[in-house]
Amino acid sequence: MAAVEQQPLQTETFGQRLRAWLTRLVISQEGILLIITIIAMLVLSTQSDRFLTARNLTREAVLLFEVAMMALPMTYIIITGGIDLSVGSIFGMSAIILGFAWQDAGLPLELAIAIGILSGMIAGFVNGLFIVRVGVPPLIMTLATLALYRGMALGISQARSARGFPDWFYEVGRGDFLGLPWQIWILGAAILISAIVLARTSFGRGLYAIGNNELGARFAGIPVDRYKLIIYTFSGFMSGVAAWIFTSRVSTTRSDMGTGIELDVIAAVVLGGTDIFGGSGTIAGTVIGLILIQVLKSGLLLSGVKGDATTVMVGAVLILAILINNLVGRFRS
Amino acid sequence: MTATTQSASTTAAAGSGVRARLSGFFNQDVVLALLVVTLTIFVWLVNPRFLAQRNVLDMLNNSSYIAVAAIGMTMVIISGNIDISVGSLIGLLATISGQIAIGAQDGGYPLWIAFIVPLFVGALIEAFIGFLVAYLRIPSIVVSLGMFSILKGALILWTNGVWIYNLPDDFMLAQQAPLGVPVPIYFMVILTILAALWMKYSATGRAIYAVGGNREAARLSGISEKATIMKVFIINGVMVGIASILFATQFNAIQSTVPPGLELFIITASVVGGVSILGGTGTVIGSTLGSILLHVIRFGMQFVDVSQYWLQAVQGILILVTVMVDLLRRRRQSYSGRG
Repeated sequence: MAAVEQQPLQTETFGQRLRAWLTRLVISQEGILLIITIIAMLVLSTQSDRFLTARNLTREAVLLFEVAMMALPMTYIIITGGIDLSVGSIFGMSAIILGFAWQDAGLPLELAIAIGILSGMIAGFVNGLFIVRVGVPPLIMTLATLALYRGMALGISQARSARGFPDWFYEVGRGDFLGLPWQIWILGAAILISAIVLARTSFGRGLYAIGNNELGARFAGIPVDRYKLIIYTFSGFMSGVAAWIFTSRVSTTRSDMGTGIELDVIAAVVLGGTDIFGGSGTIAGTVIGLILIQVLKSGLLLSGVKGDATTVMVGAVLILAILINNLVGRFRS
Repeated sequence: MTATTQSASTTAAAGSGVRARLSGFFNQDVVLALLVVTLTIFVWLVNPRFLAQRNVLDMLNNSSYIAVAAIGMTMVIISGNIDISVGSLIGLLATISGQIAIGAQDGGYPLWIAFIVPLFVGALIEAFIGFLVAYLRIPSIVVSLGMFSILKGALILWTNGVWIYNLPDDFMLAQQAPLGVPVPIYFMVILTILAALWMKYSATGRAIYAVGGNREAARLSGISEKATIMKVFIINGVMVGIASILFATQFNAIQSTVPPGLELFIITASVVGGVSILGGTGTVIGSTLGSILLHVIRFGMQFVDVSQYWLQAVQGILILVTVMVDLLRRRRQSYSGRG
């Protein structure tokens, strides 16, 4: 009896819940972006029958890998109201240190890889340390280290490149695992972990609290300084890992690698709905932002625009995304 | 500010009065000038050819367009903003100027148009940035980062990276040297003096400090924050326009690309020149000294046999050191203010 009564009630609430969930999804930033992304992909697939093939999509994912790896910590950082302009320079410096440690210092390649990633971590840690301990604004600190770390890459390498790595080194950048490129597995795991940490841990909630009201977060007992130190170090670590795998893919290290990549990273995060003033944002949004930018880029390339010129689109997307966020924010409140 | 200093010096004892005057004398501009002189002497001791007349003029000549652009940047930073797009903008305006000069050679219109149009285009683009920053409240870092890549991409789309050659001789403004001094140096000196006087004595100049220093106080004293920020970006556009002409007319060809890291060099000159990154303080004399200092370092590195590849690392360290000194000084000031 009771079961019979409960049955229709439950389906109704489920229907309602589903509808509420769908409405929320559609009007949310992620939902709107997802719809735009799907439309863009459909349009592209009508333009070229090579676009929506499994082979092309995995290739696009591999191209997206480095920016995506850096966009995850950048989401954390922008949520706290900070910014990291130095990711491209850390990327270049890590790659150069990897190549230098192996080719010039004669260390085993495994150790060189570790040193490369470690140097990225240290670079990020130094950013965090100055921001937290000395009180340098993140924008200025990372602008200074944008010059400093790129300068280190130039100075250490003297503009020479490292090449001729042993075959096994290329596996991670060009090889497959269970039929998919390594990059997709690594990125997938990184996205999953980053998303869970941000959404489900007290650390993640702390980041939002810092972005909303830093002083309040301090009074609430959140270890603000330690959290900031962690996210800037994390940013350096991810740039280092990206540099290693990128070097493996392109088989050489150059000191100008990753110049201007910070623009793509920040554009993806902001397009994904993370508030540039801090306090809100999700990893899911960033992932959709990344996909949308990559789709637009390859769309432009398919229609014959030269690679360098796609930066016009990325720049415009960055400004427009914030403009729309601002307007929508004003409208919602 | 002036009132506080006056009352302090009238009430203070004679001894501390002298000290106050001394510390007033040792402001950032003087420290920078001393640093330039010390560094010059150091490099000269290692390699006496450093002070050959030709090298000194060359050094100042190279500093000039950076210094002119840094005047605009200094105003932008004092107002509490930043402009990353100037590197791309200089590349774009230089190309525009060169293309117009080529056109003028074929006849149809006079050459001076090639010197005027970049100023207007620069002002227009910066006005757009200023509008987004002041009225739509988008952070200047994001707007100018976006504009940086828009302008850079647009330049590549337009020119395909082809260099501009066969420029008319009259176009080579920066290569002329009346009284033996290259033209850019005149521009640097005159514009620095004019801008310094304007910043100090005009209402708008004072308003820029007010907006960057204390937004609320500026608003309460009837200063329009939005209009001031708009003006700052427009002036910056004109300065970048002038800088781009000095840049375009240096050599017999224009590269039609964005000089990599140029915006960082200009920002470094401003910040090293004592422009507080927190806004509200700084002088254009400082930023001009800053760009001269950077060039003494750059040229000095060659003369003491240090690889040029380290220059950018030195820039980064310079920014960091200056910012830390500024932060520490502010902290000490707020302590003494409390005591």
